[in-house]
Amino acid sequence: MAFLLSFAALVPLNNLGHYVQWHFLEISVANLMVIVLMIITFVVALLAPFPGRRRRKENR
Amino acid sequence: MSTSEIDRQWTTRLRRRVEGKLPPEKLLPDTQPTYVSSWIYVFGIATMCSLGVVIGTGCILALRGPQWWHGSDYGHFINSMHLWSVEIFFFCMVIHLWGKFAMAAWRGGRALTWMTGVVTFLVSIGAGFTGYVSQSNFDSQWISTQAKDGINSTGAGAYFNVLNMGQMLMWHIVLLPLGAIVLTGMHVLMVRIKGVVPPFEEEAETEVAQ
Ligand code: HEM
Repeated sequence: MAFLLSFAALVPLNNLGHYVQWHFLEISVANLMVIVLMIITFVVALLAPFPGRRRRKENR
Repeated sequence: MSTSEIDRQWTTRLRRRVEGKLPPEKLLPDTQPTYVSSWIYVFGIATMCSLGVVIGTGCILALRGPQWWHGSDYGHFINSMHLWSVEIFFFCMVIHLWGKFAMAAWRGGRALTWMTGVVTFLVSIGAGFTGYVSQSNFDSQWISTQAKDGINSTGAGAYFNVLNMGQMLMWHIVLLPLGAIVLTGMHVLMVRIKGVVPPFEEEAETEVAQ
């Protein structure tokens, strides 16, 4: 249980949130990370080979 | 009854239309074109699966009620499942949307597929926001008092009062989920009716062939 609890919050959540600011744009680090993860997942989804995909035949 | 009378029946006409547009082999196909074997095509169904978990955990929350989801371990767990499946739902939906945008998947009479997607996206955002104000804790109080001035300044507050907990809860657990489910159904049926959009080169080839 104690072991599991160590995963309960990887980041301390009882403090103020962290924010990044660029001119008038302001976003929480958490939200920014979600966007970055989405972009990474999108690129991986386009490039990663799909399992079971048959190799291209000579005539195609 | 004569054949012409049978032909004129609305049941007959409707059945023929449905059969014509969506024969069983189109509704549940065996194969898909080779270009569909890419991870990007997984995100539509991943969105649908996470929507399933959202609805399932939401039903459990509805059965047990706020005291339970705020005050017990199991309640916290289901509450967290509900939140995190929503996170995955939006995550997958946005990647799905980017993918379809990059493919211009509204081509070839698929505008309705795209538009049902757009409206589902908007309805889901509404469901998310009404969910935040339905938590019944200090967080939801804070969010609703922050939201009220903006919404009231548009005049919409007369019909959509974010401080009205009962109204927000009804939107969150009845109207918006119903909208999301019905729209998702239409969206997927549209994909089945039209078939997966061919890539640009394939489309050009078919045009030349014609
Ligand atoms: C609840 C949200 C949604 C669900 C469950 C969903 C589900 C699906 C599924 C299962 C497919 C077929 C498989 C695939 O290509 O991934 C699909 C296709 C499609 N989706 Fe969505 N979708 C959602 C939201 C959206 C949004 C927000 C958009 C864009 C604004 C969108 C645009 C499209 C288009 C254009 C297609 C047709 C692709 C084609 O013909 O090749 N969808 N969707």
